[in-house]
Amino acid sequence: MISAILVFNNRGKPRLVRSCERLPEERQQQLVREAVQLLLRRQQRGRSFLRCGRGGLFGGPEHKLVYRHDATLCFVFCVDSCESELGILDLIQVFVETLDKCFENVCELDLIFHMDKVHYILQELVLGGMVLETDMTEIVAHADAQSKLEKAEGGLSAAPSRAVSAVKNINLPETPRSISLGDMGIKVPNLSQLV
Amino acid sequence: MALKMVKGSIDRMFDKNLQDLVRGIRNHKEDEAKYISQCIDEIKQELKQDNIAVKANAVCKLTYLQMLGYDISWAAFNIIEVMSASKFTFKRIGYLAASQCFHEGTDVIMLTTNQIRKDLSSPNQYDTGVALTGLSCFVTPDLARDLANDIMTLMSHTKPYIRKKAVLIMYKVFLKYPESLRPAFPRLKEKLEDPDPGVQSAAVNVICELARRNPKNYLSLAPLFFKLMTSSTNNWVLIKIIKLFGALTPLEPRLGKKLIEPLTNLIHRYLCVQKLRILIEDSDQNLKYLGLLAMSKILKTHPKSVQSHKDLILQCLDDKDESIRLRALDLLYGMVSKKNLMEIVKKLMIHVDKAEGTTYRDELLTKIIDICSQSNYQYITNFEWYISILVELTRLEGTRHGHLIAAQMLDVAIRVKAIRRFAVSQMAMLLDNAHLIASNAQRNGICEVLYAAAWICGEFSEHLEEANQTLEAMLRPKVTTLPGHIQAVYVQNMVKLYASILQQKEQSGEKEAAQEITQLMIERLPQFVQSADLEVQERASCILQLIKYIQKLQIKEVPVAEEVIALFAGELNPVAPKAQKKVPVPEGLDLDAWINEPPSDSESEDEKPKTIFHDEEQRHSRQKQPEIDEEELARRREARKQEQANNPFYIKSSPSPQKRYQDTPGVEHIPVVQIDLSVPLKVPGMPMSDQYVKLEEERRHKQKLEKDKKKKKQKKEKRGKHHRHNSLHTESEEDIAPAHHVDIITEEMPENALPSDEDDKDPNDPYKALDIDLDKPLADSEKLPVQRHRNAENLKSPDSEAPLAEKKSKKPKKKEKKHKEKEREKGKKKEKEKKAVEEEEEKKGEDLDFWLSTAPPPASTSQPQSEPEVGAAVVGEPEGVKKDERAEQEEEEEEEDEGKKSSKHKKKKHKKEKEEKSKDKKKSKKKHHHSEEEAAESVQNGTLDDEPLPPMSSYRLLAENPYIKMTYDIQGNLQNDSQVTVSVILENKSTSFLKSMELNVLDSLNTKMLRPEGASVHDGIPVPFQLPPGISNEAQFVFTLQSIVMAQKLKGTLSFIVKNDEGSTHEKLDFKLHFSCASYLITTPCYSDAFAKLLESGDLHMSSIKVDGISISFQHLLAKICFHHHFSVVERVDSCASMYSRSIQGHHVCLLVKKGENSVSVDGKCSDATLLGNLLAEMKETLSSC
Repeated sequence: MISAILVFNNRGKPRLVRSCERLPEERQQQLVREAVQLLLRRQQRGRSFLRCGRGGLFGGPEHKLVYRHDATLCFVFCVDSCESELGILDLIQVFVETLDKCFENVCELDLIFHMDKVHYILQELVLGGMVLETDMTEIVAHADAQSKLEKAEGGLSAAPSRAVSAVKNINLPETPRSISLGDMGIKVPNLSQLV
Repeated sequence: MALKMVKGSIDRMFDKNLQDLVRGIRNHKEDEAKYISQCIDEIKQELKQDNIAVKANAVCKLTYLQMLGYDISWAAFNIIEVMSASKFTFKRIGYLAASQCFHEGTDVIMLTTNQIRKDLSSPNQYDTGVALTGLSCFVTPDLARDLANDIMTLMSHTKPYIRKKAVLIMYKVFLKYPESLRPAFPRLKEKLEDPDPGVQSAAVNVICELARRNPKNYLSLAPLFFKLMTSSTNNWVLIKIIKLFGALTPLEPRLGKKLIEPLTNLIHRYLCVQKLRILIEDSDQNLKYLGLLAMSKILKTHPKSVQSHKDLILQCLDDKDESIRLRALDLLYGMVSKKNLMEIVKKLMIHVDKAEGTTYRDELLTKIIDICSQSNYQYITNFEWYISILVELTRLEGTRHGHLIAAQMLDVAIRVKAIRRFAVSQMAMLLDNAHLIASNAQRNGICEVLYAAAWICGEFSEHLEEANQTLEAMLRPKVTTLPGHIQAVYVQNMVKLYASILQQKEQSGEKEAAQEITQLMIERLPQFVQSADLEVQERASCILQLIKYIQKLQIKEVPVAEEVIALFAGELNPVAPKAQKKVPVPEGLDLDAWINEPPSDSESEDEKPKTIFHDEEQRHSRQKQPEIDEEELARRREARKQEQANNPFYIKSSPSPQKRYQDTPGVEHIPVVQIDLSVPLKVPGMPMSDQYVKLEEERRHKQKLEKDKKKKKQKKEKRGKHHRHNSLHTESEEDIAPAHHVDIITEEMPENALPSDEDDKDPNDPYKALDIDLDKPLADSEKLPVQRHRNAENLKSPDSEAPLAEKKSKKPKKKEKKHKEKEREKGKKKEKEKKAVEEEEEKKGEDLDFWLSTAPPPASTSQPQSEPEVGAAVVGEPEGVKKDERAEQEEEEEEEDEGKKSSKHKKKKHKKEKEEKSKDKKKSKKKHHHSEEEAAESVQNGTLDDEPLPPMSSYRLLAENPYIKMTYDIQGNLQNDSQVTVSVILENKSTSFLKSMELNVLDSLNTKMLRPEGASVHDGIPVPFQLPPGISNEAQFVFTLQSIVMAQKLKGTLSFIVKNDEGSTHEKLDFKLHFSCASYLITTPCYSDAFAKLLESGDLHMSSIKVDGISISFQHLLAKICFHHHFSVVERVDSCASMYSRSIQGHHVCLLVKKGENSVSVDGKCSDATLLGNLLAEMKETLSSC
């Protein structure tokens, strides 16, 4: 069984946290911190498996962390003795490749801004802690089909708001509140009050 | 209203979406928390709006915040709203949020049931998929109960995408709602053979998870998995199945034998030990780690093959990666032998010296001790060497395992009498150099060894050469800085020392010297009287008074030594760790009754003395039970750590140095200098363990020479008891004689108590608890209605024309059916429940027997059974539906057979199934009643005929003597037409240790034992294991043969060495190995049409026999023939059956078995007349014994 899947970057910022058994938020954060501590310092070494020490959050010595560093990210699967290390490593590879396909040259930013999509892709790989599918073409096909379905429905942010978010993306450093034009003293009301 | 809508969508324009939120958080690095709380406020506003898109957007953002560690459970209701949106986009967001934050405590989860059900049956597969995924994360017992049926329906969905999800989620459902396991299991099993590999792998996954927790219930699936293993090419599935078999084999040893062949094939396909070596040598750390891991697995079964790679493993100790070093250490543990122990430990000692980081060093230390002390010091030939190793280990700085070393010292000194003198001299040296060890006593645990040193010197003071000096060392003021419990031991043992010095001086008439020593004691003891530790103080003041009294007597010139020494008379014997448990509780003593009412927890005052008492008790127990095996040690260490963690007073037992000084005026002027011991110190006079290695080599060489000489003299001597040193006939490396006589004293046990294995089971073992937990579902669900699914299965049983694969796959199902039948019977006889359980187990074993002996269960026996059962089952439900279903099932089969995937058909089927299910639900209230009714019915319908078969074993007695019993079984080898494998179970019946077993057989022209290359026909084959008392194990030998038409008998001898307390003797046991013709047969299923063709072909010879006086039922008779003669039933009609088998060389053997009143006639046809004649003769013998 896979008990948790974590993705965090080189500085220990979580990018994806999924525990297959429900954990309270603070425990989840603790889990991430512990994994970061364990893994980031062994980044330079080549090995990708780690037997969990006694105690700790990962459920004792029969649990293993299988992980892989990829560019700025670290993908960690916490599994029990029933899973094969190489198998899981392979699964991580599939996960990363799928992300790459779905995002077209995936980078950390994609994961940051589209955490939901990453979750959806992961859901095609792992279900309730068990491996669901390992065939990448299959996964990509289903993920694509679902995004198409979403597009057909107009997506979460349908056309009008997309335009707005394009406006917002111009990213004015600050909303102008009062622009003094000489002595004319015209006050520009707050934008949000306008609408 | 319209205006409101417009306003809503304009509002939305300035809502943040997920990307805005993330960007915002990134832009507010300094006040992230503040920004987020602001965002949460906004989200709360958004959630209040009616627009579902706004809500979905808000929930999406919440999911992100959840990842950052914010609790979002307050929005649970809104999440449900989003989940129930009609658009997939929103639904998906809702389910994602739910999967991240819902749990069993979420109360609104109850509201989701209907929504989820709706989504599960949605025409859009992705709606269903999303619901399943979400459900997998938050399924609760209630949801599981309510939705189990819906999910089960989905297991036969047309889309494999849904099927595999449904199969996987069933595992979660089982966990939450165990009663569903039985009803759903048949379908789950069906999925093992799903056409879609993904679904198949999901089913394997689920069953493996289930079986891992509770393997014995899944033994009956072994044949099915075996088939999957040999046919599957999916690595995921293979890995899972192999792991599953790993869990099953301990329960059914014969499985192992069965597995060897496919596994070796697999291994040949992937890797082998030699290749592992390449892996380990690889620079890639991943491969290295895996290689080591695999090695440790192989080590358990083939220690020899791994031992040759010792050099490599030792090399791995130098690896820079700690995990690899630890793995290598694990491996070393299993690799030691008498021969290489010293060498390995020497290497480890070097590593200890260079090791950086105390954790790794501690690990090394414990491993050294583990390695040396394993199996009762089996591999130590020279205890002097071991003591010096222990002494060397005391020089480790900052280890936490001082108590381990101490325990070993005590154990060895107590149990190995011969070593005491040496041990005492070493311990005296340690005491003398105590300042080195105790320099930073508070910081490290190594001072624990002083505890052992003091005790050994005191207890065995008669061996002490310079007792005066040692006593002096123990009385040094520095001692008072040691932890209290060590001081206490010091004080006590000082007196022992003092007593022996006194005696010595009085005997030699040195009265003044005697008085001097008394004076010394009186002068120095007060420093202990002032100790803060109660125990030390009490002992010291007691002893001080005693010695003052002695002084008075001495002044009067009364001889006192005899009386003082009498205080410590008697020898301390080691007590077995289990002894305490074995002491019978006296009659009338209730250990659970309160002596006093328990004190209230709030009074912390009460606890203080209690903890002290407890602490002391622990110490005593250590003294009494020096024999501590490693497991026990680990457990105690764990327990101690626990106790220390939980005990608020723990710190008090070892106060900080400063405090101690305040408590003991007069010592504060002593400077405590911390010595850096990272450079290994050579304490003058201390022996280095290295020198022993050399000595040992020389000694061994000498011994070998002597042995060779003796061997020449003893050529003709064969039998009889010799002393150990003379009995070494074999050159085995394991037989290196110990340097000096080592008598490991057996531990004491209370009278009439026998050591038993039962005690080894730790009731607190977490796995055991787990086992029970998951065992429950099956036991409880005995009452669960299973009618529908089981019926469906019954109806499915194929015609005999069904294709081979189809038929094979049905076998386990039939077994399952049998179980259920039994269970129903059981329901009838509730009062005999226990018995029934046993029976069931027996039955299970026996079913497997058939398979394991490569004979499938008599296929046709279940045919007539299934008829009445169907009848019985139908009673419960309207006939029409049943027929429909039957037709449907047949349709399905046709479909599968022809490979058509007409979805129309299937859709229809689903509808029908759903209908049925709804019917079922209506009935569910009456479920219990219903099943009982059915049980009664099935019994009436004549399944009584299906009484349990007696347990059968294919193993026959080979030979037996007071030491050993041999049983054997011969199996043909499918792959090789001229080989058979003989499996011999060797059982040690004596109380001695049996080793160096070797089996030799006098080859005949036709039959020869397969020996390793280069071995002559006179060489025996060593049995690859040793046998402790009462243990049995199985060895396999391969024989080659040319002709198989005749039975063969081969004479052979098993030689072995019996080793017990008195020494060892060489024994042998002669036997005759009988290769019956039946052992050349391999059970091969055959179908009636093929069988008929074979009979028609006409090139078969015929012969027949008749046996009278048969009393057993026909079914049993067939079972016997199947089992013992490796036949399979082709067809059975009433009391007549046709059977088939095939020899390893391809002879067809067909039988027609007819049962009359009291007789049985067997007509046989076979391509070889001689073979047939012999087979029938053998069968006659079997039958006439019935």
